[in-house]
Amino acid sequence: MTVLDTPDSRNSAPTRTNAVPVVLPERPAGRHAGWAVLTTMLGRDAWVLRGQLGPLALRAVLQPLAFTFGFAYVLPSIGWGAAGHGTGGSYSTVLVPGLVAITIAVQGISAVLSPLLMEMTYTQQIEDRALVPAPLWVLGVQKILSGAVQALVCGLVVFPVVLLVHAPGNRPHVHVADWPLLVVVLVLASLVAGCLGLLLGTVFEAVKVQYLFAAVVTPLTMLGCVYFPWSSLSVVPWLQWLTLLNPVVYMGEGLRAALTPQVPHLPVPVVLAVQVGLVAVLGFAACRSFVRRISR
Amino acid sequence: MQDQEPEDLAVHARGLRKAYRVRGTEVPAVDGLDLQVRRGEFFGVLGPNGSGKSTTVGMLTTRTTPTGGTATVAGHDVRRDPVRVRRSIGVVTQANTLDRAVTLAQNLELRCRVFGLDRRSARRRSADLLAQFGLADVADRLDDHVSGGQSKRAMIARAVVHRPDVLFLDEPTAAVDPQSRRDLWDLLRALHRDGQTVLLTTHHLEEAEALCDRVAVLDHGRVLACDTVAGIKRRSGADHVVEVGLAGTPDTALVQEGLRRIPGVRAVEVDLRSVRVHAVPRGAAGVGEAGAGEDGVGEDLVGDVLQALAVTGPGIRTVTSTPPSLENAFLNLTGRSYSA
Repeated sequence: MTVLDTPDSRNSAPTRTNAVPVVLPERPAGRHAGWAVLTTMLGRDAWVLRGQLGPLALRAVLQPLAFTFGFAYVLPSIGWGAAGHGTGGSYSTVLVPGLVAITIAVQGISAVLSPLLMEMTYTQQIEDRALVPAPLWVLGVQKILSGAVQALVCGLVVFPVVLLVHAPGNRPHVHVADWPLLVVVLVLASLVAGCLGLLLGTVFEAVKVQYLFAAVVTPLTMLGCVYFPWSSLSVVPWLQWLTLLNPVVYMGEGLRAALTPQVPHLPVPVVLAVQVGLVAVLGFAACRSFVRRISR
Repeated sequence: MQDQEPEDLAVHARGLRKAYRVRGTEVPAVDGLDLQVRRGEFFGVLGPNGSGKSTTVGMLTTRTTPTGGTATVAGHDVRRDPVRVRRSIGVVTQANTLDRAVTLAQNLELRCRVFGLDRRSARRRSADLLAQFGLADVADRLDDHVSGGQSKRAMIARAVVHRPDVLFLDEPTAAVDPQSRRDLWDLLRALHRDGQTVLLTTHHLEEAEALCDRVAVLDHGRVLACDTVAGIKRRSGADHVVEVGLAGTPDTALVQEGLRRIPGVRAVEVDLRSVRVHAVPRGAAGVGEAGAGEDGVGEDLVGDVLQALAVTGPGIRTVTSTPPSLENAFLNLTGRSYSA
């Protein structure tokens, strides 16, 4: 068959002659595809975030800064400050672990949620991501991990802020009694936040996300033992039991155990066991919900 | 036993079905679709919007779960082995799904990495492909800073970084200007020449005609016809029409008699100063070399008509030959006009 006889010759109409001869490469031997997908996409997220560290830090710091300024500076300065009953110190001692915990929770949730919603609606990138040569739950795990890393970074950024902003004489009494515990608690809290983000992002319709903050994030915050230790709720027993359903409680209580052990807190084994359980259950549910959501 | 795929089939769908529940009733989007695409083929799925093209591609690319039937792509079952299917295919979706936070080159590099290439090979392969696709100058730009045609080409490049067995393109030229469309066609032909199996959906009849070896015409989620473009025209029963303008009024009976002797002529309309001959499209028999003979066939019929009229008179002023188009083939197949 001569070149002129190719099936294309019939279409040789008025096309430009800039057509390059395309020579496709060989197929790579794709072993460990799940691992390649996971590491590649995590690397991609890190690369993209690298250029956004400033905004990320700002996003993480603003809310806790306002809270810590209001609660640990303004209120004590005008004589309305919470006294930190039975906490063995100033109110800012109670606030530090609580604010780090809620920062991790909120930032982890939004680090997963916002890009996910963009991918599923505006950019439709999920249509392409879902064509990875690996099981789709790998994408879910990747999103959780990526969110967890961002949550952890935000938590660490917020830490010095809430430590330093306080009214004169209201210095928080923080000392790390148990470094390994602190690391484990921070990592678990970040993972729980990532799982929550993926679950909420796949359960809520994109259009209903505005309710998400009212219906989920606010109660998570106000009833998350952020501004008070869990033990202080003993005067309202029904509420004390109810708050145990809130994952943020375990994040804050875990951090209290690691940072301010003198403040009454939930027993460490309970905190760790619940967090591990949450990662397993929420992670599984979130990945399942994610796969369902992106499949048609 | 159904695992045994004929070696040369890149895509094989049998009774493929997808129904959506809409207010309690099942509404089929794809309704018992049979499809066979051979390796190395440039195959077109043609149909108006809503005919089930995208749902079909969705099922073949594992994005949509079929509610019935089976399909294998590159020998792998789309339902039982979706990961293997995804490893064997490249997909260019209708919407622009490039990663907008990274450059075009990084888009390709990431895809290479996902398919297991190391960093250096990924970089080399990506640069290589971008150059071949005429994108070397814009390789380091974000998608926001390139044209629609360039985005599309980048998506195609990204879809072939791992040399897929089958390249799926869902309406690839839907939103690009005519010149970019021509360029994309050239590119797709070049890929096909390099041995790439392509399955393309389109609602542009012209596009199917220009690119595809074979075409399946879809309507309401079913395959109405599957053949070469010429074959579809022939089978649809659409006529080749030759209209001759005459210098004077012809002798109706004589003209009718003369023209009806021509093989394949179905109807002859004689007017005051013109004659219209409807004939079955000739030649183009069998499969393959579809368009190649098309023009020759047309001239054959015109020659016969002119010859017959030369005998019966009067003088010939104008000749218009209208071979059947896909458009009237579609009209004949569905009983309604093609509204894309």
